[in-house]
Amino acid sequence: MIKADNLSKIYSNGSVETVALSNISFEVEEGEFVAIMGPSGSGKSTLMHIIGALDTPTSGAYVLDGKEVGKLSDDELAGIRNKKIGFVFQAYNLLPRTTALKNVMLPMVYAGIPKEERVERAKKLLEMVGLGNRITHTSNQLSGGQQQRVAIARSLAMSPAIILADEPTGNLATVQGEEIMAIFQELGEQRHTVVVITHEPNIAEHAQRIIYLQDGAIIEDSTNHGRRRAKRGGE
Amino acid sequence: MELSEVMATAFEALTLNKMRTVLATLGIVIGIGAVIALVSLGQASQLAVQSQIQSLGSNLLTVIPGAQTSGGVRGAEGGAASLTLDDAKAIMTSPQVTTVANVSPELSRRAQVVAGGNNTNTQVLGSTPAYTMVRELSIASGRFITQQDVDGMDKVAVLGPQVVSDLFGDGANPIGQSVRIKGMSFRVVGVTESKGGSGFMNRDDIVFVPLSTAQKLLFGVNYLSSISIAAKSEQAMDQARNEVGYLLLARHKLSDPTQADFTIFSQEDILGAASQVTGTFTTLLSGIAMISLLVGGIGIMNIMLVTVIERTREIGLRKSLGARKRDIITQFLAESIILTVVGGVLGMVLGIMLSYVVSILIGLPFTLSLTSVFLAIGVSGGIGIIFGLYPAQKAAKLSPIEALRFE
Ligand SMILES: Nc1ncnc2c1ncn2[C@@H]1O[C@H](COP(=O)(O)OP(=O)(O)O)[C@@H](O)[C@H]1O
Ligand SMILES: [Mg+2]
Repeated sequence: MIKADNLSKIYSNGSVETVALSNISFEVEEGEFVAIMGPSGSGKSTLMHIIGALDTPTSGAYVLDGKEVGKLSDDELAGIRNKKIGFVFQAYNLLPRTTALKNVMLPMVYAGIPKEERVERAKKLLEMVGLGNRITHTSNQLSGGQQQRVAIARSLAMSPAIILADEPTGNLATVQGEEIMAIFQELGEQRHTVVVITHEPNIAEHAQRIIYLQDGAIIEDSTNHGRRRAKRGGE
Repeated sequence: MELSEVMATAFEALTLNKMRTVLATLGIVIGIGAVIALVSLGQASQLAVQSQIQSLGSNLLTVIPGAQTSGGVRGAEGGAASLTLDDAKAIMTSPQVTTVANVSPELSRRAQVVAGGNNTNTQVLGSTPAYTMVRELSIASGRFITQQDVDGMDKVAVLGPQVVSDLFGDGANPIGQSVRIKGMSFRVVGVTESKGGSGFMNRDDIVFVPLSTAQKLLFGVNYLSSISIAAKSEQAMDQARNEVGYLLLARHKLSDPTQADFTIFSQEDILGAASQVTGTFTTLLSGIAMISLLVGGIGIMNIMLVTVIERTREIGLRKSLGARKRDIITQFLAESIILTVVGGVLGMVLGIMLSYVVSILIGLPFTLSLTSVFLAIGVSGGIGIIFGLYPAQKAAKLSPIEALRFE
């Protein structure tokens, strides 16, 4: 599914060169639930951007579903982001002053899905994340946890194979974070590949496998034997 | 992405900041309004000049003394005395001239005309009965100058309506009364019908006297100031011009047409010159209006650039959700086109109202050309594309991660 082969990413701002990733290699199988851990500045977001086809590596190859992403055109990359990957960001990134329903429908608009189907699917997804009674609320009328659940519903709009979440609980209280992780665990059981980035150990413990990054390099890649089950409950 | 979705998104974005949207549109409204108003007023004034000149008679040729100016170099100066009554008679009677219907010899001077306590400075025109035919002049009451008046060198006068109201008051009947011109008393025998016109074209401010009286008694000259000629038809105009030209050259013993001591022109020549003047004026004004349109377009570009920067995060998000470059370009172009087309339609309404009001105020015919209406909508749409394209491309080129990081 995901195959990183000797990935490096170097940012150069004029004379200053920052090595964000160096010689990263790993593979993620379909249906795996992986956490990427590491301190701030260790290159987690950079790695996620590459996995998500938002950015390309300076060297090395990133192969997604058998295709080398670095060799794809702009439009093909947009297609991958639209259909194969669902993003969940730390800052939710919902369209402001826009209803939950419209936010969830947005990826389907770019996929050219007819309006009736968009509405129907978006409603189902919002019900799935427990917001069936909030579909006409605009982003600013929702709490942080609710906004992040809208973002998860949006990431599932095109039922992508891979869900990428960058510090999805970073802005949330523990209870709400637990709620979000429960949804991700459910998704993992539905054969979605889930990659969650976090620097919090208790969040990473929900994953089957944990990859540790430090200074842009993998220092450990291991199965999580003490996997925690998150429980979904009311807020 | 469907068009309905594009339009809905663009309208939503535009209504978020209403004041800014209104101000951005205003530039286009004013620009398009100015273009429409000035173009239609220009066309109206051109029409007005045309109809006025054409009312003088489309078969009319005028011969005046003096050479034709061409390229700023004046040919031989024949002087003011080169045309005579014999020239006029020859044009009428010569077997060489076959296409002329009527000839009116004229001597025109400005003079003070007095009646009782009133006086006016007006044009005194010595003429023959042929004048009414050649110039298509009608008599409102009384009669025009007759051949007997000319032969007898009678002191009779026919007044234009403007002179009647200046000397006798509006609606007065001056027939039988007398007016004094250069100290001589003239009996008023007729009043002409109004022909309209204003300023230098006012053909109601005139006094007709017999040609012989004007030449010998009033002004003491034996030449003419002009000869008006009616050609037999509009098609015969060019031939008439040539025939008259060669006859006069021969009579004046000139062999080279470039040495001519007279000039022949038609109403069309005047029309051409006048249209050129009004045309230049219209072009000039339209040019200024175009500049205001350009400024309006730059205003749109400015607003769109600000919008793109403000919405950098949104653009990054849309790209991360699968928007292609062309989706982003379409989205921002739709916004700028909506801005300019709405501005264009409002500007069109404004321009039409403005030109309607002005044409009523200054008494021009109101014309509304459909081409200018379609042009206005087309142009405003075009401005939306031209000035919206750069900001839209700027938006589409943003890298998704840079855009998402943007604070
Ligand atoms: N656009 C950029 N230009 C220069 N340096 C960058 C840029 N993005 C990230 N970096 C640097 O790369 C390193 C890794 O960043 P990041 O992937 O955001 O880390 P993390 O998400 O683990 O906190 C950091 O040192 C950061 O300063
Ligand atoms: Mg990060």
